[in-house]
Order: sequence, then structure tokens, then C-alpha cells
Amino acid sequence: MSARGAVTKSAPRRRVSLMATCLADAFFDDVAQATVEILEHLGCEVSFPEDQTCCAQPAFNAGEWDSARRVARHTLGVFRGDDAVVVPSGSCARMVDHGALLLFENEPDQPAVEALAHRTWELCDFIVRGLGVTSWPGRVKARVAFHRSCHSRGTRYTESALTLLRSIDGVEVVPFGEGEQCCGFGGTFSVGFPHISRAMGSLKIDHVLAAKPDLLVSADASCLMHIGGLADLLARNPQRVPNLPRGAPAGDPPPPDAIQLPLARKHIAVVLRDALKSSGAIA
Amino acid sequence: MSTNPGPNPPDAVDRFAAAQGQERREAVRLGSKAGHEKRTEILFRDYADPDGLRRLAGAIKQHALDHLDVYLPRAEAQLRAHGAQVHFAADAAEARDQVLAILRARGALSVVKAKSMVTEEIELGPFLAHHQIESIETDLGEFIVQIDDDHPSHIVKPIIHKNRREIANSLERHGLGPYDDTPEVITRRARAFLRNKYLGADAGITGANFVSAESGRLVLVTNEGNSRFCLAATGCHIALCGIEKIVPRDRDLGVLLNMLARSATGQQLSVYTEFLRGPRAPQQADGPEEMHVIFLDNGRTRVLGSEYREILRCIRCGACLNVCPVYRQASGHAYRGVYSGPVGAVLSPLLAGSEFATLSDLPKASSLCGACNEVCPVDIPIPDLLLRLRDRAQRTQQESDGAGGGDRTGGTTVPPGSMTAFAEVATRPWAWKGALATGGLVNHLPQSLRPKALRVWGQNHVQAPWRGGVFRKWLAQRRRS
Repeated sequence: MSARGAVTKSAPRRRVSLMATCLADAFFDDVAQATVEILEHLGCEVSFPEDQTCCAQPAFNAGEWDSARRVARHTLGVFRGDDAVVVPSGSCARMVDHGALLLFENEPDQPAVEALAHRTWELCDFIVRGLGVTSWPGRVKARVAFHRSCHSRGTRYTESALTLLRSIDGVEVVPFGEGEQCCGFGGTFSVGFPHISRAMGSLKIDHVLAAKPDLLVSADASCLMHIGGLADLLARNPQRVPNLPRGAPAGDPPPPDAIQLPLARKHIAVVLRDALKSSGAIA
Repeated sequence: MSTNPGPNPPDAVDRFAAAQGQERREAVRLGSKAGHEKRTEILFRDYADPDGLRRLAGAIKQHALDHLDVYLPRAEAQLRAHGAQVHFAADAAEARDQVLAILRARGALSVVKAKSMVTEEIELGPFLAHHQIESIETDLGEFIVQIDDDHPSHIVKPIIHKNRREIANSLERHGLGPYDDTPEVITRRARAFLRNKYLGADAGITGANFVSAESGRLVLVTNEGNSRFCLAATGCHIALCGIEKIVPRDRDLGVLLNMLARSATGQQLSVYTEFLRGPRAPQQADGPEEMHVIFLDNGRTRVLGSEYREILRCIRCGACLNVCPVYRQASGHAYRGVYSGPVGAVLSPLLAGSEFATLSDLPKASSLCGACNEVCPVDIPIPDLLLRLRDRAQRTQQESDGAGGGDRTGGTTVPPGSMTAFAEVATRPWAWKGALATGGLVNHLPQSLRPKALRVWGQNHVQAPWRGGVFRKWLAQRRRS
């Protein structure tokens, strides 16, 4: 059959392999689900290699590089081919495109690691710099505090995420104090150094809440799991006496009683998906 | 150093932080935060591309290190040509002995010292005291450390952990006048005390911030002018200098001095910058008649030949301490050595040599947030080095366990080897899917029955509910429909 009239061009089709991340696989299915919906909305053909597990970062950061290489090699095999690999986590993206290079610098399969690094994208970065999409439809009425995760340092992930967030009708991105500071997750750091991790997290929560956002948003579920889990614990305990007193001198974060808990938070993929829903772009 | 208690629990830094008092923690946190903010403000105010300058400064230092075989002899020749005596010390003991020999030859009984991390590293003060030579720290912070019998807790601000009340108490205890915590009074009293010491001293000991191979010029920066007081009235100048302090040319100092002052103290230039290459010239009225430069190795050559060599670029500005969230909570003393914070976590275990294992917990005391690299004026990839050291610590541990070195991992939250099991599961898709399906059991386990890591997590967090495999089911359904 011949086409009649003007042909509506579909968005450029791109074949994408989704790296869901182990955290989404185990805890935050909504993040992976939202990522699929977003990418498909953008015209991508999304595949999900069933054998995927983890990017190897836990073992890499623990210094157990033999184990880390085993897991990384597995991941390398799972994502062979030439699809763009998109991952809704700056942390896992940096493991693939930076950490793995360190891990394999003296290994024979280093070129394969490098090849995967070149086609692996953090989600927002893929949307903005990969697909060239810089504005996002829909409406989300919220004051948003955006937590810049540490793995975005030296990358343009944060810039990409903020480009998308700010373009959503109704979103107001509000700054907060010491935004460049780590939230204290750090993977096994959070259980290996629990007092310091908690003090860092408490400080982050104080700063975020001082900005009175409706929503804390991040492009890393791991940071949100830490900040949110700690905030929920603090909300249960009105005295909020952490193991390490945080101290709130004048001019610094406000005293605890000025702070409203619990802290609502969402992964940016979920925010983007919700915006699409509000616009009717997806069901 | 002597404060190192030997084998340590893997979470020693965390324990130290937890045991610290509120006042001290706040002094360190706010002091380092203020330092970081000043640094950032001035760098971005003065320069269009501070990151470009960081990379340039890093490239200069790395070039000097990569060609130290050329530049070190060149610096030595220049120094000698200008009348300085040059010594090389393989380790701390040799450096100390060289200092002692120089002082003995002159019959020196008292020395005044400018701030120098290398003299801390070789524990020169206690050594001289042991040999009945009085050595007085003349940097105000180091002076307070000395009279308190304390240790510096910051590379640039040695008493960042003290507030002015503590300092006033220290002066009073040391007989420098009744309690008064007015900063002006504190500095005036220290100054009056130190002026007499300068006048009576037989020798002045300094470090060196840089040494130019081109001219032999040794560069010293201070804000108190104490290094030049150390040299003005004494007959002999001894400069202790790590071999990594060499830069190729004088003009390289243009980049490095600008980056150092801004990164360290948020200044465009330190108040005093001295360029020295030899003893007093005949036409000069004052100054030492003898100048000795001791180039110290103390493990640096070994580091230079290793995959950690970038750490030798460090110009001791302390910016990585100021920005580090772990340092801010734990303070410098948590690092059990002269060098603290992120740079200390890399350098201390490396310089410890065969004692590596006693400090191998330090590289893990980091969330790997990368802020240290972001602020480093010589762009040292500190997080990468921390990761490499974690790998090395792991291998060292395995070797010592294999050699019957015993197991000091009992009770650790994340014991070495835990990732072997993780890798077993994460390399077998069927096992992974099984774990996703059964991990939900955790939702129903009481706290006390959970693995230790989960218990610790549960003490600080409301655990997110396990939803293993839910996404995969959703996707399968979506693909079917």
C-alpha cells in the first residue's frame, strides 16, 4: 500500500540496551520501568538483556578487584554488540566508563571494556546530548531540590538533568546549601563507616529541607535510598538524635525543629515519566 | 609516626569520628568549610578557567617527577654553585642524623623552625629534644601544637581542631600570661615569646615549598614571616625538602604559587614568598653564613616507580582536606599520621613502606565522592589512587592471611572476601534471578537475624522494601501485550 498524504516522520529510532542497575532490579522497579517508558516515548527500541546483573561497582569499591573483574566481564558479555547502553544511574555509568578502565588497565580484554565505555550513557545525558532532546513536555507543579550525585563530577550529567527538569512546566529547581557535598552513601562506605555516613546524610537532609522543596530529585537511586531511608528514620524519631550530633550554628542549616519530615523524593526518570503522563504523551 | 597504634580495626576512622566531641567536630567542619569556600570564590573570581590551570599545574609537576633524574641533579648543581651544601637522605633516620651532624658541627644548642611537613614526617622535633637541642616551632599554629604536645590536624591549619578558648588556655598553661582569648592578645604574646627565641637561636630549620631546577631557588611561603625571622638572626639555615618538590623552571612558579595560595588559604599570594639559593652573600648584612639543603627520599622513589606516582604532585595546600566530607566529620587526627584527609589516606600508607598494613584502612575511609580531585590544584586523581590502594590492601591482606598472618577481620561489617560470594551470584544469571526472587525474605527477617551489613544499614535507615524481580515481570508483561 502506498502512503497517502504527508508522512509523519517517527522520531529517530535508536536501538538501546537498558542497563537497569541492581538496585532497580531489587528495590526500585519504578525507576527501571519509567526508564523504559521514557525511552520508548522518545522512539527508542529498548531491549533488556535478561542475563544482566550488576556493573561490578560494589566489588570494585571494596578493593576486591578479582571479583569485580569477574562481574564486569559478565556485564561485558551481556551488553556485547553495538547498541547504546543506557543506565538510569550516574554511578553505574561511571563504573562502566571510568572505573572499569582502571580495573582492566592491565588486562587483555581492556579494548572491549573501552568499547562498552564509549557506548554507555547515563539516562539524562543520553536524552539531552545523545538524542538532542532539551525540553520535556507535561506539567509537574513542584519546588524541586536536585541532588547532584558525586558520580556526576567531571561529567555533564547534572547539566543534562537540570536542562530536562527546568524545561518541565511547573518545576522550580531550588538551590540548597553545600550542594556539592556527598550525601554519605558511598556503597559499602555507608555500612563500613556508619557514623560518618549518617552525619553526612543528616547534614544533606538539613540543607535540602531548609530549601523547603516539595520533592528531592536525583539521577541516582542509591543516593536517594540513603538520604530517604535516613530521613524516614529521623522522621520516626522526633528527637532526631543522630549518633553524631550535626550541630547547626547560626547561619548554617536550620535547627531540627524547623525541619519538616518526611522527605518526598523521586528518581528523575520517574519525574520525567510522570510529566509525560500528565501531558497525555503516554498512558 | 609514633602515634600509630599498629594494626587497627578497618573502621578506625569511623570510631574516631564517633568518639569526638561536638565542639571539636564543629571547629573542624566549619573551619574546613570556610577554607573551601574562600578557595572556590577566589579561584573562580580571578580565573576564567581554574580547571585548566589545575591541569596545567598538574602537568608541570608530573613532568618534573617523570624527569626527576634530570631535574634533581640540576637543582643540586645550582644550589652548590651558589654556595649551599646539598645532602641526600634515604630515610627519616638519615635525615635526622644529617641535621644533628650539621648542628653539632656548629655547636648549636637551639634552633627555630618554620612550618614544614617533612620535619613532622621525620619526627625531627622529638629527635632534637632527645639530643638536648631546643627546637621551637615558630608558625603560630605549630607553636600551639608544640606547647600542647599535640599533633597537627591539618596540613595548612595545624590547629583547625582548636577554638580560641583552648588556645588561650594553652598559652596560660605555658606561662605566657593570664587567660585572654582575644586573638590579638594571643598573637602578641606568642610573638613576644618567639622574638626572643629567634634572637637566641643557633640555626633555623625550614621546609621548602618548591625548588627550581633551573636556578636552584628554594621557595618558601608563609603568612607570618616566621621563616625569614628563622633565617635573619641565625648563622645556619637547614632546609628539609622532599625530592618531589622540584619544578623545572622559575617561571613554573608563576602557575604553582598562584594555585598554592588560592587553594590553601584563599589568598592571591601568601604574604611572604622567599626565594633562596645559597647562604648570605658578602654584600648582605644579615642571613645565615651556611645553607644546607637536605633532599629526603623516605619512600618517595618507591612511590615514583609505582602506579600511585601522581600523589607526589601534591603541593600540600590542604584543599582536599577542606572539601572532604569525611575529613570534616572525622578531623585530621583520625588519620593517625602527619598527612591527613584524602591526600593522607593515599600518602601515609604508601610512605609507611613495610608497615603498609597498619594504615591500609585509610583508603577505605572515603565515600569516593571525588570532591578531592575536583579541588586539587595539581589535579591528582585521588579517588582512583584510593581505589588502587584498596585493591592493594586486599591483596596484602590475602598474602598475610595465607602466610598465617592471622585474621583481624572478625566483626567487620564488610569483611574482605565478601565480594567473592557476590561475584558468584552476579556472574550466574539463574542465581541472580533466584536471589531476586528470594531476597524478599529480608523483608520478613527481624533485625537481629539479618546479616551484619543489613543490621548496620537498618540502624541508620528505614529499609526500602525488597521488590526483587518486579521490574522484570512488568517488562515481560508489557512485551507480551
